[in-house]
This record gives sequence, structure tokens and C-alpha cells, in this order.
Amino acid sequence: MTVFLNPNAWQPAPPRLIETAPILEVKGIQKRYGDIQAVANVDMSVYPGEIMGIVGESGSGKSTLLRMLHLEEPADAGSYKLNIDGWQDRELLQLDRFEQRKLRVSHIGIVYQHPHLGLRMHNTSSGNVAERLLVAGERTYSTLRQAAVSSLAASEFPLQRMDDLPRHLSGGMQQRVQLAKAIAMEPALLLLDEPTSGLDVSVQARVLDTLKSLQQQQKISTVLVSHDLGVIRTLADRVMVMRGGHVIEAGLTDQILEDPQEAYTQQLVHAKL
Amino acid sequence: MIEGSPILEVEGFSKTFAIHNLERHIPVFAELEFTVRSGEFLLVRGPNGVGKSTLLRCLFRSYRPTSGSAIYHSAHGSVDLARAADIDITLLRNEEIGFVTQFLRPRPRVAALTLVAEVLIAVGTDQDEAEKSATDLLDRFGLKSDLHDAYPTTFSGGEQQKVNLARALIRPRRLLLLDEPTASLDEETRNAMASRLGELKDQGVAMMGVLHHASDVEGLIDKELHIELPEGVSETDLEELGDTRHVVEQS
Repeated sequence: MTVFLNPNAWQPAPPRLIETAPILEVKGIQKRYGDIQAVANVDMSVYPGEIMGIVGESGSGKSTLLRMLHLEEPADAGSYKLNIDGWQDRELLQLDRFEQRKLRVSHIGIVYQHPHLGLRMHNTSSGNVAERLLVAGERTYSTLRQAAVSSLAASEFPLQRMDDLPRHLSGGMQQRVQLAKAIAMEPALLLLDEPTSGLDVSVQARVLDTLKSLQQQQKISTVLVSHDLGVIRTLADRVMVMRGGHVIEAGLTDQILEDPQEAYTQQLVHAKL
Repeated sequence: MIEGSPILEVEGFSKTFAIHNLERHIPVFAELEFTVRSGEFLLVRGPNGVGKSTLLRCLFRSYRPTSGSAIYHSAHGSVDLARAADIDITLLRNEEIGFVTQFLRPRPRVAALTLVAEVLIAVGTDQDEAEKSATDLLDRFGLKSDLHDAYPTTFSGGEQQKVNLARALIRPRRLLLLDEPTASLDEETRNAMASRLGELKDQGVAMMGVLHHASDVEGLIDKELHIELPEGVSETDLEELGDTRHVVEQS
């Protein structure tokens, strides 16, 4: 009989060399919808400047997890902390709605797969970006305008179209507006939910380029959810593989893609590459 | 030459791939033991398919080692590469351990010179100085100067490799893992690379190399690690059986 190596037998040592603390730390976070355990007891940490990828099929719980990190979906249990000035010791899952909104506006940016979730389609693109600063209390028109220009430029949005309505833009450009809005406040945490999944392949490649160079320049700590292993390979430093609400495997991106340990991950990797 | 201090101490190091859909274990190498000291070049030898590249990948943690230990003495303290936390491995990859292969994935729309210079800028070298060093090294590896500002995505394989090597070798690391770095290079570039490796070695960089033509780095090699085929398996068997060779049966 062939005896199988038990992948769970391999346990990494706790971090010893790294001297910086994680910017994001989640312990035992859970979410149940009726009989469905959408997210079961997930732990995760993200270090400054790192991109953490979360991969899994539809229904694996990856998007629910991301919405909980964005504090738009309440968790049933667990702990969530961000190592940001003024918020270090706060249990974010316990914040009231007013505080959650304040934290989100100033420190967390998000890009959704569907632009209508992230943008007001009847406001101009520049207006969508400036809105973040307006909500945060900025009132000077020239400052707002300048911030919108620089974020849109960083997202490689064609500036001659910055006063167009998002609904008049292509899908790729709408994603760039979402990205500009997400980074306008120089967030400590950027959340990307299938940011390129709705795009044509060639447009997808260009948006990925933008995300990659933005990361190179600004080093924003990022959580990236995608079912697309190509996107994960291009952007993520580490990856968590989710299935049925559980993290079944986690590791360095090249290790997960080149030497996956779990049967499910081996199938996933071979199906996609 | 005064013997350097140990950088890497490997014991009982083994790798077995477990392929679930075949329900098979594929052992690659087992029970390796060796030490690499600073300033030392260890050549990894052995027949094709015996796992020389796999060994380098296990040490770099692109593959997960199955058992044994690889104690690495970093500037931050000692750690077992076989078990270290992923975030520690990321730190070591950024600062101390370099992996050189013939395969470059250049970031699109980034100039050759920038790709090389940014390695120095990342550790605090000022822009002008970094660009000057990058220019010098690219010149030395024979990349024509009118290509320095062009995007490597459009380069030939050999030209991309020059950029790749320059990027990997511009900054001294504590440990360099070289996986067929000279493949696809012309003789002049191979010589330039060997001379750069010699400089790094003199600065105390420890190296492990898998090279098809060991003569490319003649004069740098201090010792050899010979990985043997498992008993009773010949090289022909290995080629014929491909990936499904010697399945482990246990009761």
C-alpha cells in the first residue's frame, strides 16, 4: 500500500528573522450564512508592502473574507487588527458603524470586480476619486482636483477623459478609476476583488502592468482575491488557497504554484497552467 | 586562503514529490549532507534527472523540502531554510539569497538599466551611483549601450539573459544559487560572468552552482557535491521511467 506524505505534517516555524510587525492580523474569523459555513476559522497576516493572494473557486469563501476585511460584512467571530497609527489596539470587528466608515475612508482602499459597486456612475471620474478626500474632510477645490489628477495618473488613466462619466468609459478604464479612488487617500491597506476578471485579455494585461508598477513604487500592503492563477503569479508574494471556507494551503507564491502539496491545489494548478 | 565561516549547513536533506492523482511518491534526492562557507563555490554534480536543480529550488523554497535541515546563518540570525516561516524566506530572498536561472521574467515597460539599478536603489544606493554601476555591469556583460534604455521584453533570449545576470549579480549576496546560469550565453559573456562571480567570491559570497559546462567557472570551484542515483537505478532507467520512477511502497 502506498502511504501518503501528509502535507499537514509540515509546519513552518514562527517568523524569526523579520523585525517588522504585520500590518494586518486576523485570527479565527468566521462567517456563516444559514447552513453554509462561508468562512471557517481563518487566520492570516500581511506584512508591510506585501501582496497576499487568496485563490479559490466560486463559493470558497474568498470574497466573503475580503468583504469582512473591508468591514462591509460583519463577522460571526474572530479578531481583526490593523497596525495603523491610532488603531493599533482596536478590535476592528467591534467598531461601531461610524468608526468603521472612518477607518475605511482613511485607511482602506478597495477595487471590486464590478465597477458599479465601487463607483457612482453618474458622477464624473475625477469626482469619484475626489469624493474620498471630500468625505475625509478636504474642502479646497484645487487640492481635491490635484489629488484626483495624481491618483488617476498613477492608475495610468487617460487624463483627457477624467471628467467623463464612468458609464461612458470602457471596462478597463472603469477599473483604473476604481483604482485611483482606492489609492487617493494613500491607504495602509488595498483590497482587490477579482480586479481584472471582467476584462478582455489584452486589457487585463495592461491593468496588471499598472497594478504591478504601482506596487513597485508605492509598496501598499494588499490583499488580492482572484480565481486566476496568472493574476496571482504576476502580483502576489504569498498565497492562501481556500476551499469550502477553509484555508487548505498557504505558502510563497512560487512554491504554491510549482510544488503544491494538497491534492486540491495540485488539481487547481494543473487545470490552470 | 583563510577558511570562511559556515553560511549553510545541510543535513539529512531530502525531497520527495507526492503526486496525489497518481497516488505516487517520487523521491528525488535523499539524506544530503554538506556545508558551504563564505567565499566558497560548491559545484553540484550528478547525472541528469538526479535532482540538482531541485536541490537549489528546495534551498530557495520554491519547492518545499520533505525532511532534513538546512541551517542558514543570516545577518539577522540563524534559521532552518527547510522550515522557516514564509515571511522570513521573503526577507532572505530580498536581502541575502539570490537565485540565478536562465529564465528572466522582465517586468513589462521597465528599461534594462532600471531593472538592474533598482536592485541597488532598493538597498539605499543613490540613483546616479546605482545607474552608473548598472551601466558598467551591462557593458561588461556585452549588452549594447543603445539597448540599456529599451525594454527587455523585446530582447532576444541571450540579451535578456545578460540583463538577468546583471540584475542577479550587481549586489553581493551572502549566498548565490546558480541554476544553469550560462545556458544560452556566448563565450564572451560566459567569461564576463565568471569574472564577476570571482569578484563576488572574493567579497565573501558563498555560491552553489549547477552547470552543464563546469569549465565555464573553472578556477572558482572549491568543492563538489556529487548526487548519486538511488541504488539499482541507472540513468537510462531514469529517462525511461520519467516522473513515475521508483514509487515508494510502504506497509
